[in-house]
Amino acid sequence: MKHAVEFDRVCRSYGAVNAVDHVSLAIREGEFFSMLGPSGSGKTTCLRLIAGFELPTSGRVLIDGVDASRLAPFERNVNTVFQDYALFPTMNVLENVAYPLMIKGVAKRERYARAEEALAMVALDGFGSRKPGQLSGGQRQRVALARAIVGRPRVLLLDEPLGALDLKLREQMQGELKALQRQLGITFVFVTHDQSEALSMSDRVAVFAKGRIEQVDTPQALYSQPASRFVADFVGTSNVVDGELAERLTGRKGAFAIRPERIRLGRFDGAISVRGVVREVAFLGPVNRVEVEVAGQRLWAQLPSYALQMPEVGTEVELAWEGDAAHWLLEAA
Amino acid sequence: MHSERSPWALRLAAYGGLAFLHFPILVIFAYAFNTEESAFSFPLQGFTLHWFAEAFARQDIFDAITVSLKVAAQATLLALVLGTLAALALSRRDFFGKNGITLLLILPIALPGIITGIALLNAFKVAALEPGMLTIVVGHATFCVVIVYNNVVARLRRLPGSLIEASMDLGADSFQTFRHVVLPSLATSLLAGGMLAFALSFDEIIVTTFTAGHEVTLPIWMLNQLGRPRDVPVTNVVAMLVMAVTTLPILGAWYLTRDTTDTAGSGK
Repeated sequence: MKHAVEFDRVCRSYGAVNAVDHVSLAIREGEFFSMLGPSGSGKTTCLRLIAGFELPTSGRVLIDGVDASRLAPFERNVNTVFQDYALFPTMNVLENVAYPLMIKGVAKRERYARAEEALAMVALDGFGSRKPGQLSGGQRQRVALARAIVGRPRVLLLDEPLGALDLKLREQMQGELKALQRQLGITFVFVTHDQSEALSMSDRVAVFAKGRIEQVDTPQALYSQPASRFVADFVGTSNVVDGELAERLTGRKGAFAIRPERIRLGRFDGAISVRGVVREVAFLGPVNRVEVEVAGQRLWAQLPSYALQMPEVGTEVELAWEGDAAHWLLEAA
Repeated sequence: MHSERSPWALRLAAYGGLAFLHFPILVIFAYAFNTEESAFSFPLQGFTLHWFAEAFARQDIFDAITVSLKVAAQATLLALVLGTLAALALSRRDFFGKNGITLLLILPIALPGIITGIALLNAFKVAALEPGMLTIVVGHATFCVVIVYNNVVARLRRLPGSLIEASMDLGADSFQTFRHVVLPSLATSLLAGGMLAFALSFDEIIVTTFTAGHEVTLPIWMLNQLGRPRDVPVTNVVAMLVMAVTTLPILGAWYLTRDTTDTAGSGK
């Protein structure tokens, strides 16, 4: 199968620092693919490797099945929405959006018509004559988006495009981006450090840490079957049980992760249960978060706040979860 | 208690300083209109525009102005091209020797004109170049380049790197990016730098003296006038003209860069 983008053992180092360390991955055609990770994890460098702003130290980057490792940015059919939008301040909105068409030599009348069309897709029709400086952050973001899609690239790269927007606008834009991607059928590669953003929008997510990929999977799989302690921790919140306690509960060495919402109070048939002392109870609206100390480890349980009598801090409680709620992590024991 | 107003003594000193700086210029203006023909006699005798008519009728003044305008225009053009290229080369990536080259580039502005002048004169002799228009232009370009360079570098520093990346990303090669994105962003700083360079070249005298040969630029003409007391009112008229030609571009440059952090007039 042909992939939109493929990384073949790609490394990018700056002196002694390996920003990207032997990354191999394949992004499918038409997919909404997210690169998730904390800052400095190499996700943005990977995006810049696809765009051509960075060249790999070793390994190959393939776009549309063709080795693009040494191609200049303008030789790649890939466009980017920049974190700071990077709109040209000397041009008005319409000229900004028409820019890639002008470079391609599209006739004036046609390029402005297509630019208007792209502006309409991001609900900015009629804003063509404004200068970027006269727009709000959210509007600038839409212009950057329109400019990046007007030439119909094979792949659209988005570098934390929602980072500078406030929460409400960000949630709205998430929905619009997703709709736009479905409408255009273009492969989207979306870089973010916000795990909820990555989970809610993506077909698949690659989790980055220290220049390497920890796991590539669907959001559901990432959440329910995290491959490593890092993923379990970074994607949502997780309890990681290890050492003696893990062995005592399951009879197996290693570490397993369990989501707070899978833990209940009390004792049930067929469930693993354990006794502990309540250390903290926090009311979070729809749920209460209860922190319980069990054999020196702290476990969080997330309990619906409407029904239950919450345990008092300092009392002893029984925690229980079904066997299949626990997920074993792949790591050196 | 601190008051918002400065003490009167300080204010007096400040205004006194300003007056000391600008009073001699006003004197020149006033005597350009005086009816008295010789030197600076006081009080002023009467008002006349006679000296303007006389100045405009003289071929030597007209020639000197023409030479100065030609020199300033060519030196500015040369400086715009070289200064912009140098700024583009030195503003982005780091490379070995970058700081050294930057220092060498801006050194001519710190160097006393007399040193530049002697050095250039010797260099032209070695190169067997006859002093003339070309040598004056080259001499002026040495410091005009710095003015343009400083302006362009300041602007480039504020130009986000992502703009250039965005342009390349959208399909433009380096030249197209320069033409459509970089150059329009530099326009006002080029205009400001060019105006300043023009003004500097127009009234330059030290370097010119060494490199002019038989050419007479306006400042050299004025220096020669010192030996002719009867011509003083005419000289005053020309001085006013020089003021206008140099001040207006400097004000223009200031206006163009006033709400930016560009170092429009840094240096000379």
